[in-house]
Amino acid sequence: MAEVYISVQKHDFDISHEYATLREDNRSDGAIVFFSGLVREMNQGSKVSGLSLEHYPGMTEKALHAIVDEACQRWPLNRVRLIHRIGQLAISDQIVFVAVTSSHREAAFSACHFIMDFLKSRAPFWKKEVTSDGERWVEALSKDQQALNKWQA
Amino acid sequence: MKVLFFAALRETLQHEQVELPVALPATVALIRAALCEYFPQHQQNLNAGNALAAVNQTLATEDSEINEGDEVAFFPPVTGG
Repeated sequence: MAEVYISVQKHDFDISHEYATLREDNRSDGAIVFFSGLVREMNQGSKVSGLSLEHYPGMTEKALHAIVDEACQRWPLNRVRLIHRIGQLAISDQIVFVAVTSSHREAAFSACHFIMDFLKSRAPFWKKEVTSDGERWVEALSKDQQALNKWQA
Repeated sequence: MKVLFFAALRETLQHEQVELPVALPATVALIRAALCEYFPQHQQNLNAGNALAAVNQTLATEDSEINEGDEVAFFPPVTGG
């Protein structure tokens, strides 16, 4: 059984702390792969000055656990850390962190990619951007839905 | 029965939740039809392409069953990550 840590939180996170936690007392893993997602200034053709992230309390955590469980069934993972922020965020703020450890890199690369792809289409988060034209909800992209196709067995 | 709304759908409907007169057990499709009746001017926002449904905090399909005490929510396609 993998050691899984999942957090949906307002406050920021420190990647060096997360990385240290993944390495601590770890004699079996040869690979750590992580992804961090940031707020960028240009999105869907508009200049963004910030965003707010809404979620569905309860369901979000449940959905994230289900996605991580699925990844653990597909690949031999030992540790998984997933942090997703909610609330008000500014340009270049960290939004999401997904890290997995495994004995070998192939499993770690694939599982990290898989978790991010499913998080984008299955976990109930919604972004609202502040742009020069006012606030707007970010539209879901069909490419995010299509990204799931590559994981079908 | 109570139905919850999130994000853009909550703002469009101007409701965080509604109480619907629906006989149970029902299906997501039946609840969706009842919502379209309740909010006739927002049927497009409530169709299956624009509003996902969750039952007991798990994504549901149109034929998912809803029983007494289940938590039902509708919301737009998600945009996290």
